[in-house]
Amino acid sequence: MDYRQEVTGRLTELWEGRETGILKGSPEIFNRYRTDAFSQFLRLGIPDRKNEAYRYTNLEKSFSHKYEKYFSPKPDDFREAERFHCEVEDLDVWNMVLLNGFFPRGEEGLAMLPGGIWVGSMRAAAKQFPSLVEKHYNKYAKNEKDGLVSLNTALATDGLFIYAPGNTVNSKPIQIVNLLQSEQDFFSQDRNLLIADDGARMSLLVCDHAISPQHYLTNTVTEIFVGRDASFEIIRVQNQHNYSGKITHTFIHQERDSYATSNNITLHGGLVRNATWHKLNGENAETHSYGLFLADRQQHIANFVKVDHVAPNCNSTQLFKGILDENATGAFNGRIMVHKDAQNTNAYQSNNNIILSDTARMDTKPQLEIYADDVKCSHGATVGQLDENALFYLRSRGIDAREAKLMLMFGFAHDVVKNIPIEALRDRIDHLVVQRLRGELSYCASCAIQCN
Amino acid sequence: MQTDFLLQIKDLKASIDNKEILKGLNLEVKHGEIHAIMGPNGSGKSTLANVLTGREIATVTAGTVTYEGKNLLEMSPEERAREGIFLSFQYPIEIPGVSMVNFMKTAINEQRKYRGLEPLSASDFLRLMREKKELVEIDSALTNRSVNEGFSGGEKKKNEIFQMAMLEPRLALLDETDSGLDIDALRIVANGVNKIRRPDTSVIVITHYQRLLDYIVPDYVHVLYDGRIVRSAGPELALELEERGYDWIRKDADLSEETWTTDRK
Ligand SMILES: Nc1ncnc2c1ncn2[C@@H]1O[C@H](COP(=O)(O)OP(=O)(O)O)[C@@H](O)[C@H]1O
Ligand SMILES: [Mg+2]
Repeated sequence: MDYRQEVTGRLTELWEGRETGILKGSPEIFNRYRTDAFSQFLRLGIPDRKNEAYRYTNLEKSFSHKYEKYFSPKPDDFREAERFHCEVEDLDVWNMVLLNGFFPRGEEGLAMLPGGIWVGSMRAAAKQFPSLVEKHYNKYAKNEKDGLVSLNTALATDGLFIYAPGNTVNSKPIQIVNLLQSEQDFFSQDRNLLIADDGARMSLLVCDHAISPQHYLTNTVTEIFVGRDASFEIIRVQNQHNYSGKITHTFIHQERDSYATSNNITLHGGLVRNATWHKLNGENAETHSYGLFLADRQQHIANFVKVDHVAPNCNSTQLFKGILDENATGAFNGRIMVHKDAQNTNAYQSNNNIILSDTARMDTKPQLEIYADDVKCSHGATVGQLDENALFYLRSRGIDAREAKLMLMFGFAHDVVKNIPIEALRDRIDHLVVQRLRGELSYCASCAIQCN
Repeated sequence: MQTDFLLQIKDLKASIDNKEILKGLNLEVKHGEIHAIMGPNGSGKSTLANVLTGREIATVTAGTVTYEGKNLLEMSPEERAREGIFLSFQYPIEIPGVSMVNFMKTAINEQRKYRGLEPLSASDFLRLMREKKELVEIDSALTNRSVNEGFSGGEKKKNEIFQMAMLEPRLALLDETDSGLDIDALRIVANGVNKIRRPDTSVIVITHYQRLLDYIVPDYVHVLYDGRIVRSAGPELALELEERGYDWIRKDADLSEETWTTDRK
């Protein structure tokens, strides 16, 4: 039997037990979308390779695993997470620890940081800011082709909520450390809503950090609203292990004069697929999508990006890079869509990959769809080896071949890392990249933070 | 056995894609000597520099190269560098994302490790950088950038000499370091080389022009033509070439190599 049917069967059992499961304690705002979402999931199914956006990504290994647990951790599970203590030298942040995508203390967990920004759980937010959540929830995560987005809408029970009210500015970045830890293999859905209202400014760092070796699969949907003249930066550092699967769908909705950047740094992970959707819905908005991944062994890392230029006079860039070794495979699927009214659009896209072994493989598919006349677009993709001339240049100064290769890979990766807006974090990630390239970074050794 | 020679090249032949480029080249360089190699484009000057530094564009098919009594051709490029060979590239390479500081720090420390020395401390390293930067009058901003990235032609050449100053080679090969430089830059680069040189440093200057040799005065001038050294003399040869061009050399060489030329056909 097709594994997809079997998995769908298991998920249907969960769905059928919803009265005593998912629905209980979930916000009504979540519950009202579930039935439609689940039937959409049944219609679309788990994406297979016939789905254009998953053409090079095989989900079977991650999805066919028999997971034991599907829902949010219990209060007891958080005890250890709360003890988790993190520090990055010189990195001054508001730090919060999540467990498997869930905020501790479910319904009570919502707090205001100095400066006026709220951080907490979706459940708590639905109580405290019902009309705000109602206004934004499930409004941007629109996808008629990806069953996993509907699966999340159908089954998610909680997640992270951040709200920067109009004109608030976070004095320092918010760091979410998302620990992946469980005694049992689990498959979970977390649902996040991040709002930067008109004129607000915030930056967010999310570190996914596996600390136990179980099989995990997380299917994360994050909706981000960036209001007029607001600015939002999100940086993700994914450091997981070979048995972890991480699927993210991030929908960034931007109003006029707004600014957003997304930066996905994937250091480790068995299967990782990051889909980032940028919608430029108001004039003069600017958006940047960056990604870097380092993959070896049997790892598969995919990036899907879509930038939708709906309004005129907007700028966008996409820069994605990957380094693949051993039997790793990678995929890049990047699209720029310029709608009819989006005159005076500037959109750039670039995807560069280095293949270090004969058996690694990278598939890249840049796409442009342009319906306006006055548009500047460029795109390009490369898959190649390290530059022999550059390698010789370094060696001719006495640097040995291995070190010279590392320096070139580092340089290649730094091109993405340098766009991280927080200096201390940038340095730390540069350092992590070096460790990873040297093979000194194991999944549990470190994430963007040093753990004590 | 101690020899006077730093470098001895005997009957060196090298090919690129089965096309013979160096066709039996002989050259001997003693400690502290300056040799100029001149010759028309395409005669094999850069190929010689590549063979000496271990760049695998050309394949050596015959001959020997002895450096400090050792077989140079067996060494990796990095070993040669650590043994004191330095090439100022005709076309320096841009390396995005690798900072000049990190590049030089790694190079210096690899060299020190080879000599059994501790890595330089951060402050000693910075002091060394500052000192050498002044020597070659290189803009501080350049060393804060990625290696050669976005440098002008002249800046790239200066940067080569800056690296030479940092690494203090025993044998420096300057491959058309003067081309593309205006007269002020030329003076700075040439004076830089003279300041870096110690009495026992040997230099091979590859150039088309006399003007560089006004500053870096050679002991010998050789003409490399069609893969061989066809004439060697004192510095006056460079002046003669400046006046008369290469045509007379070409005629001379082709005449004296007539048998060989016909063989080749
Ligand atoms: N990478 C290469 N591939 C093929 N031919 C080359 C390459 N580099 C040099 N050559 C050839 O070798 C010959 C000598 O070139 P080169 O050593 O660069 O001469 P010079 O430095 O004296 O101008 C030329 O005919 C040139 O075309
Ligand atoms: Mg040349």
